[in-house]
Amino acid sequence: MEKQVDENRRTFLAVSAAAGGGLLMGLYLPGLSRIAEAATETKTFAPNAFIRIGTDDVVTVMVNKSEMGQGVYTSLPMLIAEELEANWRKVRVEAAPVDPAYNHAAWGIQATGGSTSVATEWERLRKAGATARMMLIAAAAAHWKVDPNSCRAENGHVIHSPTNRHLPFGALAAAAAMLIPPSEVPLKDPRNFKLLGRPTRRLDSADKVTGKALFGLDVRLPGMLTAVIARAPVFGGKIVSVKDERAKGISGVKAVVQVPSGVAVVANGFWPAKQGRDALEIQWEDGSAAKLSTSGLREHYAQLAKTAGSVAKKEGDPAKALERAATRIDAEYAVPYLAHAPMEPLNCVIDFKPDRCEIWTGTQFQTADRAAAAAVLGLKPEQIKLHTMLLGGGFGRRANKDSDFVVEAAHVAKAMRVPVKVVWTREDDIRGGYYRPMWYDRIAAGLDEKGWPIAWRHTIVGQSIVTGSPFENAMVKDGVDVSSVEGAADLPYAIPNLHVDLHSPKSDVPVLWWRSVGHSHTAFVVESFMDELANAAGKDPFEFRRALLGEHLRHRAVLELATEKGNWGRPLPAGLGRGLAVHKSFGSFVAQVAEVSVVGGRVKVDRVVCAVDCGMTVNPDTIRAQMESGIVFGLTAALYGEITLKEGRVQQSNFHDYPLLRINEMPKVEVYIVPSTQPPSGVGEPGVPPIAPAVCNALFAATGKRIRSLPISNHDLTT
Amino acid sequence: MIKLSVNGKTQSVDVAPDTPLLWVLRDNLGLTGTKFGCGIAQCGACTVHVDGEAVRSCITPVSAVGTKRVTTIEGLSLEGSHPVQQAWIGEDVPQCGYCQSGQLMAAAALLAKNRKPTDADIDGAMSGILCRCGTYQRIRSAIHQAAGQTGGHDGKAG
Repeated sequence: MEKQVDENRRTFLAVSAAAGGGLLMGLYLPGLSRIAEAATETKTFAPNAFIRIGTDDVVTVMVNKSEMGQGVYTSLPMLIAEELEANWRKVRVEAAPVDPAYNHAAWGIQATGGSTSVATEWERLRKAGATARMMLIAAAAAHWKVDPNSCRAENGHVIHSPTNRHLPFGALAAAAAMLIPPSEVPLKDPRNFKLLGRPTRRLDSADKVTGKALFGLDVRLPGMLTAVIARAPVFGGKIVSVKDERAKGISGVKAVVQVPSGVAVVANGFWPAKQGRDALEIQWEDGSAAKLSTSGLREHYAQLAKTAGSVAKKEGDPAKALERAATRIDAEYAVPYLAHAPMEPLNCVIDFKPDRCEIWTGTQFQTADRAAAAAVLGLKPEQIKLHTMLLGGGFGRRANKDSDFVVEAAHVAKAMRVPVKVVWTREDDIRGGYYRPMWYDRIAAGLDEKGWPIAWRHTIVGQSIVTGSPFENAMVKDGVDVSSVEGAADLPYAIPNLHVDLHSPKSDVPVLWWRSVGHSHTAFVVESFMDELANAAGKDPFEFRRALLGEHLRHRAVLELATEKGNWGRPLPAGLGRGLAVHKSFGSFVAQVAEVSVVGGRVKVDRVVCAVDCGMTVNPDTIRAQMESGIVFGLTAALYGEITLKEGRVQQSNFHDYPLLRINEMPKVEVYIVPSTQPPSGVGEPGVPPIAPAVCNALFAATGKRIRSLPISNHDLTT
Repeated sequence: MIKLSVNGKTQSVDVAPDTPLLWVLRDNLGLTGTKFGCGIAQCGACTVHVDGEAVRSCITPVSAVGTKRVTTIEGLSLEGSHPVQQAWIGEDVPQCGYCQSGQLMAAAALLAKNRKPTDADIDGAMSGILCRCGTYQRIRSAIHQAAGQTGGHDGKAG
C-alpha cells in the first residue's frame, strides 16, 4: 500500500510538472539549476500534493475530500496546520483536482463517504504538515547558518530559539522549495496538540453567509445553456415517441435532444428549459416495473422473511434455545424507501471539446464520475478536468455507483458541443430513485426465567446496494452484502445463541447508500427490539442494556453518559416519555436519550441528549454539529420519511409530500463527547442510527404503543 | 424588457413576464447567492427581500415585482457585516450552507421588524425555511445573538 501511494505521488508530480506545475519539478527532477528556476518562477513551496505556501505566508491546503457540510474543509486543514505550526488565520482551502495522489487511503479511488475522511487522513495529512515544517526549519537554519535543532516553528514562523530571530513561512518558501523532503517525519505527541481537540470555527462560513460560496448549481460559463430532462415515470421505462413542437416553440428553447435517460430540453436558462421539458409529449413503454407497489413489495418481503436466507452470523443453537426459553418474543419491523433530498438539487456542468473536457459538479465520487463521463465522451479520463464544487448536501446521493447525474450530462454535452448545465428539479430528485432500500425484518428472542436473553433470531429482507456495482466483489461475502447487515450481525449484547440471515431480493427500484447506510434500519430494529425485551423482562431499558454490554466499555460509557445527562429514571408527567438507544457505526459509539410528548396523538420530540465517543477529537464543534445534524436527519426520516410506489410510480414529489423537519419541530439537542485516546473515527453518519429507536422507545414509554414500522406519522398515537 | 431594482441598482432583463424572480436573479443577473431548492415555496432557499418583506422568489413572477426594491444576500450588507451574518459566523451555523442565504434573509427581515424576537416569533418567521443539515438549533441561537446586537441597527439593509 505504501509503495502504491508513493508511485501515485510520483505520477502526480510528473503530471504536474508536465503541466507547468512549477515548484513541484524541483523535488524530483535532477539538476539544481532547474530547481532554482522553478522556485523563482513560482516562489511557492509545495512539498507534497496537499500543501502550497506562497510568499504571502498563505498556506493553501488542497483538500481531497468533498465538503458537503460535514466540515472537512476545516477539519482536514487542521490536521496539516497542527504539525506545520501554521498561523490558522493564514490557512486557505482549495478543492483538489482529480489525481491518484488524492485517492481515498483505503478505497483506491478519489471519494468521500463512509464517515472516513478524518480517520483515513489522520496520519497522512499530519505527516504532510510535519514534512513541510521540517523543510521550512531546514531552510531557515541554512539561512541563519545554525543547527536546525536549535530552531522551531510556531504560528507561521520559524524561530531560532537561542537568538529569538524569526522568519515568516512566506519568506522561506522559495528556499524550502529547493530542499529534498525528509524521509523520517516524527509526529507530535497528542498531548502537545495546540489546535486539534479545540473548538475551531469553520473556514467556509464567511463565504456561506454572503452568497459567495459556489455550489455546482452556481457555475456559469460564457455561452452556457441549461438543460432539464424528462425521465421515465417508471424505473426502466423506455421512450416510444416524442412530440416536441410545443417545447421548441417556447422562447429561449434551443434544442431538444434524446439521451439514454430521457429527453433533454436545452435552453438559455432554467426557466425556459423547464417550461420546455413540461411541454414535451412523450409516450413511454413502462416495462416490468409498472407492476411495483409498496404494498406488494411489503407482502413479498414478509413472505421471504419467513424463509431461511444467507447466513450473516451464527453462534450457538438459537432454534433449541428458543424452544427452551421461558418467554419468547416475536416481532416484525418495516422501514420504507427514503430519498436523500439534499437541499441543492443534482446538477452537472460540462464543457466538451473534441480533445478535452471540463466538468463542474458537486460529487463524492470524482474518479468514478470522471471515468464514466470519459467513456460517454470518447476521451481518456486524464483528458477531463473535473472541478469539485461545494455540495449542497450529499448524504450519499452524490456518491452514485452509476455516476447517473454526470453520465446523463455527458450525453447532453456530447450532443450540444457547447457548455451545458443539467439541472434536476426537486420533483426529478424525489422521483429519481437511488433510495435507501426498503427493509423488512422478522425477529425473535427467548428470555430465560430471570429475563435475560438466551436466543436471538433475526431475518433481514431488502435490496443489496452494491450487487451489480463495482463494489460487489469487495462487499458481498457468501451471498451477504455486509452493508445490509451492519449493526445487526455485530450485536454488542451478550446473547449466547444468535442467528442473523439475509434475503436480498432484486428490484427495478435503484437503491443507494443513504447517510448511515445499513445502520439506518438495523439500529431501529435492534434497539427497538431490545426495548421490547427489557419490557418483557420487567427490567429498566438502561440497566438491561448495560448488563448485556459486558466488556463493550465504549458502548457502556456513552450509554452511561447519555442517561446521566438525560436524567434517566427521573419521573415525567403523563403524556411524556423518555427512550434511549445506543449504537456503534463507522467506528464511533453513540447513545441518545429522547424525550417526547404526545398531545392529542400529536408527537413532539422535546429534547435529545447525545453522547458520542469518536476517538480523539479534531474539531469538537464539528462533532457537535454532526451529531445535531444526524439527529435531525434521522428524526425527519423517523417522523415523516417515506417514498412509496403505486403502479410503478413514485407517489411523492416535493417537500409538501416528502416533508423535512422544520425549526418549530426542532428538539433541544445536547451533545457530550467522551474523552478518548483512540484513533479518530466517523462523525458524519453515527449520529443518525440511534434517534429513530430512541424516539420510538420514548413513545412507548409515553403511550404504551410500540411502533414497529416507520414513519411514525403513519401511526395513531391517540391514547 | 423588464426593469428591476436589485440591490440598489436598476437592471433591465429580456425574459418572459412569468419568469420567476429567482431565475432572473440567478440566470440573467448572475446573483447566484439566492438558491433553488423546490420551486414551489416549500423550502425557502430562494428567500429575498422585496421592499423589506421576505418573499419566496421561486414563485414570484418577475412581472409582479414592478418598481419594488429587491434585496438579495449579495446586497444584505457590505462584506458580510449585517448582524445576522456576523452571528451566523459566531455560532458556526452553516454546514453545507446551501439553505443559509434564505435563512439569513428571513432572519434579517424578522429582526428588522422585531428587535427582540421570542422563540415563538422565530418559529413563525423561520419555519418556512428548510435546512437538510439540521442547523436549526444554531440558527435560533444566532438570531438571539444578532438581536442582542441590533440595537441602533435601522434594518435598512434588511
